[in-house]
Amino acid sequence: MRKAIVIDSKDNVATALTEISSGEVVEIKIGKIVKNIQAKSTIPFGHKLAIKRIEKGEAVIKYGETIGRATRTIEEGEHAHIHNIESTRGR
Amino acid sequence: MELIGYERDDGSVGVRNYVLLLPSVTCSMEVAMRIANHVEGAKALIHHQGCIQMGLDLEITQRTLAGLGRNPNVGAVLVVSQGCESVSAERLADDIAKVGKPVEIITIQELGGVVKTVARGVSIARKMAQEISQIKRKSFDVSDLTIGIKCGASDATSGIASNPAVGVASDNIINNGGTVIFGETTELIGAEHIIAKRAVSDAVSKKIYEIVERMENRAKEVGVDMRGTQPTPGNIKGGLTTLEEKSLGTIRKAGTSLIEGVLEYAESPKGKGLYIMDTPGREPEALTGFVAGGAQILLFTTGRGATQGYPIVPVIKITGNSETYKKMTDDIDLDVSSIIEGKETIEEAGNRIYLEILKVASGKKTKAESLGCAGPADIYRIGHTF
Repeated sequence: MRKAIVIDSKDNVATALTEISSGEVVEIKIGKIVKNIQAKSTIPFGHKLAIKRIEKGEAVIKYGETIGRATRTIEEGEHAHIHNIESTRGR
Repeated sequence: MELIGYERDDGSVGVRNYVLLLPSVTCSMEVAMRIANHVEGAKALIHHQGCIQMGLDLEITQRTLAGLGRNPNVGAVLVVSQGCESVSAERLADDIAKVGKPVEIITIQELGGVVKTVARGVSIARKMAQEISQIKRKSFDVSDLTIGIKCGASDATSGIASNPAVGVASDNIINNGGTVIFGETTELIGAEHIIAKRAVSDAVSKKIYEIVERMENRAKEVGVDMRGTQPTPGNIKGGLTTLEEKSLGTIRKAGTSLIEGVLEYAESPKGKGLYIMDTPGREPEALTGFVAGGAQILLFTTGRGATQGYPIVPVIKITGNSETYKKMTDDIDLDVSSIIEGKETIEEAGNRIYLEILKVASGKKTKAESLGCAGPADIYRIGHTF
């Protein structure tokens, strides 16, 4: 079973399909490209990890669309969630 | 598969056949509930509006109550009035009677309190139940169905599995001539550009942007940051980070069909196909809007689990989270976690949902129905309480 899924090839985050342990290397498919990412911390089921370095202020992309912006630099393999991403809407 | 339902005078078809105890105001809710408890096949709605409301809010309540009474799953209506509310019980009964179903009004202040009103109400509702049990059953078609779709207690599996699978089922309904309504305007924020592209015309596309802007402005006007409630704490625990992320997952349940129109809250679609209704994201109000708009069946996707039912409409619950399904098997109808495990395609799971819709349309009880779970029928309001 796949451990993480990238929904669109433009995405810079993957969604964990099972809990991923800190330090674990997971294989992800970005379109036809296969890449190995090492998780920098535990990624709970359903949560996201960065599949490339995302600079502070840069758009975080899932479903091929912007889901928010990085509030600080997010390193590859890092847990990407409310501690480093903020919404740009509804306020 | 042959669908058998209850023929109504206006040409619509009920997939259920209830006597509805309809409180015209929250004050008469308890009497309505007591009457329903004594009559087999009777259902009461629990809501909190109908009085000290003004302008648009009063209009919304009046329209919603009429829509609930006109829903094809209802065979007869007993309006329970307090006697002094803002909603006009007479206008309500007239609006419902227009579709050709039996409607009567009982008024607590006239009959003299709970005891007398319950006694009188039981007698009327019992007679109605017996009368509508003789309504002719007829074979009907998917094109006679209106389905409302909603998600709640979402997690990351909702956008990946259950919502896309419901999207396939929604497309199937529409391709077979039926109607689907989705709403949750709050959860279009951040995804409106994608949905607007699917509008059948420029006017519909413009209207989609308008309802989203209106909802976003409402939050700004009251000085709140919508991120304080969206995503919910449960959503965040489930891995959803922002409102935009939630929205992008949410819209996948609306499939790929063209959007024929934008409905005001509780408004009925004028034609067939896919419609957006301007509803809040909160469940009771959103479901009430769809049911008042004519939905005979509701689909409800959930990630973290929900027990939702609706008094007069079967709710089919679907999850893409295998753990949630294991924990809540008595509540959730379908498990589509097979999509995540790679054992089933989104298409296959969607067809499974479609088949379940047809079974429920022909009388199969949902899990919520078999447990007697109904839930509140709250009505949307925009203004304050005075």
